[in-house]
Amino acid sequence: MSATRPPEAAPAGAAATTTAPVADDKITMLQAINWALDDALTNDARVLVFGEDVADPEGGGVSGITRGLSTKHGAMRVRSTPISEQDIVGAAIGAAIAGMRPVAEIMLMNFTAVAMDMIVNHAAKLRFMSGGQTHVPLVIRTMTGAGYSYGGQHADFLEAWFAHTAGLKVVIPSTPADAYGLMLSCIDDDDPCIFVENLPSLRVPPRAPPERGKRVPLGKANVLRSGSDVTVISYSRQVHDAAAVADKLAKDGISVEVIDLRTISPLDMPTLLESVGKTGRALIVHEAVRSFGVGAEIASRLNEELFGKLKSPVLRLGGAFCAVPFSKPLETAFIPGQADIEAAIRKLL
Amino acid sequence: MSKQPPSSVLVDIYRRMTRIKQNDERLRSGMRTGRLVMPYYSGRGQECIPAAVSACLEDTDTICTTYRGIHDSIAKGVPLKELWAELAGRATGTCKGKGGPMHITHPASGVMVTTGIVGSSMPIANGLALASQVRGDKRVAVAYFGDGASNIGAFHESLNMASVWKLPVVFVCQNNQYAEHTKYAVCTSAANVADRAMSYSMPGRTVDGNEPLQVHAAAREAIDRARSGLGPTLIEAVTFRFCGHNVGDDDSYMDAGEKEAWMAKDPVPRYRTWLLAQGHATEAQLGGMEADTEREIDEAFKFAMDSPFPDVAELRRDVYSDEVAA
Repeated sequence: MSATRPPEAAPAGAAATTTAPVADDKITMLQAINWALDDALTNDARVLVFGEDVADPEGGGVSGITRGLSTKHGAMRVRSTPISEQDIVGAAIGAAIAGMRPVAEIMLMNFTAVAMDMIVNHAAKLRFMSGGQTHVPLVIRTMTGAGYSYGGQHADFLEAWFAHTAGLKVVIPSTPADAYGLMLSCIDDDDPCIFVENLPSLRVPPRAPPERGKRVPLGKANVLRSGSDVTVISYSRQVHDAAAVADKLAKDGISVEVIDLRTISPLDMPTLLESVGKTGRALIVHEAVRSFGVGAEIASRLNEELFGKLKSPVLRLGGAFCAVPFSKPLETAFIPGQADIEAAIRKLL
Repeated sequence: MSKQPPSSVLVDIYRRMTRIKQNDERLRSGMRTGRLVMPYYSGRGQECIPAAVSACLEDTDTICTTYRGIHDSIAKGVPLKELWAELAGRATGTCKGKGGPMHITHPASGVMVTTGIVGSSMPIANGLALASQVRGDKRVAVAYFGDGASNIGAFHESLNMASVWKLPVVFVCQNNQYAEHTKYAVCTSAANVADRAMSYSMPGRTVDGNEPLQVHAAAREAIDRARSGLGPTLIEAVTFRFCGHNVGDDDSYMDAGEKEAWMAKDPVPRYRTWLLAQGHATEAQLGGMEADTEREIDEAFKFAMDSPFPDVAELRRDVYSDEVAA
């Protein structure tokens, strides 16, 4: 019989070792998520954090996002799991039904495929199928994104799968402050939330820190910059590419409004409709594969509501229709870049 | 092996068993007469298992079960009116008619999840047990599943995780010897499901699932073990299902006479006879219990048939905490 025993609470007086800011006025997205988890664990005894390698003996997460948490909050509440995605999500579902607030990590978004039964058949549907008697207030945190040459099974953006599943909420921050505020909101939310973290955005560039305790509401897009000629709707890394293109085109007298969705599901349609109603032109940009992606849903809704007012058809940019390739030039070509965004905007005008 | 439980417990086990059997017969009758329209994965023949396990559980202990789990839910204490209304798709059902037979849920009696996916009761039971462990509330979670589920990935992940974390969970495999239409030996590499317990460093017990005393003894030991913080147990209760994979099944994949041989040793009347012979109950007691149950089912059936169907607006409710916009 094995000598293993369940994780015990940290000894009294264990030092907090959460990551420190890089500068007084900037933090990384990685630190922001760490702060959110730390604050949630501190302020709400129901919060649990678990996943592969997340505890400090295992490094505090493969990217270091959960560093310091198990030491500070104890191994009962912050646990490294076996490599068992179905059970990671299943345990989160059961704990959530029992009244806890689990934040489960599925290390990379492609691995959600291993847990799809738990996510799609259970987490998403138990509130409805139980007639509201049970609900599943869990958060699944997952990392993804091309740029590190990980190849086809370690880089997919799969938010369209989950947005297509009634009962799930899908959140994808593009800044540290939003990551912090949205994570707190996801933990507070009574529904299952998928929180997607872009790997290349975790450490660079550092940006303005959040106000500790300040939540960012789900379902509210952020108008990053105002404009009058065209609306660019995006999320995650591509928001910043869109903003850079907007800056460049401003010099040519082209006024671009950039909207950061922040939440994919539920979509903030009022903000999108107000913007595109004003500009009459829309471009949606995401790293996820273009075909059958989130852009298709947004374009369809804009078409339904604004058909007579559009000056051009709504356009979409997305990843190439293939697995993310390994070879660097191919991997770069896979992702819609600033040149692609600029060309698409000019096409709209 | 623990000593025999007192008469009151033995009779209580029978109460649950006959409740299951009587409901099952009336449900199938309801389907034959067109009053109930549903897929039905009957647990008839498997009554001993949840009856004996439930007799060891507190009201605050929880179960996760499967589409063949109405017997598990009845044994745990789901009220019959709300159960029948759910099976009839009525708004007054446990799940407002939105779940049906494969998703019976009733938290007040500890029925937290019924899943239609083979194997999926176990990861969620682990989660219920995890919450109990973190809180230190001494509650136990039971995961019911079949022999077929012992071959799915979630079984292996769940037993491993429960063992490593010493979760207060009991895995109860109702081995009715068929995984859908496939015989146990054709698809399972272990002679007994409980043999697999060794791979996950937990006790494994194979018992005759049609002998209430055997099931009760194994359940008592496992539930006490889980509650005391020592971790999980895998119980395999060997049994047989009388109504095929689902009602409507033509049994063509079974051996000739196989089902009939099991039905000839129906555990429910057999246990009834034993209780009377051993002096644990009188005919009047058991007959009275059965008559009361039949009346209760009459009322449940009427309640269901008299209840309204859910409003179409229910399509927008319980998707999220807030209603979906029209």
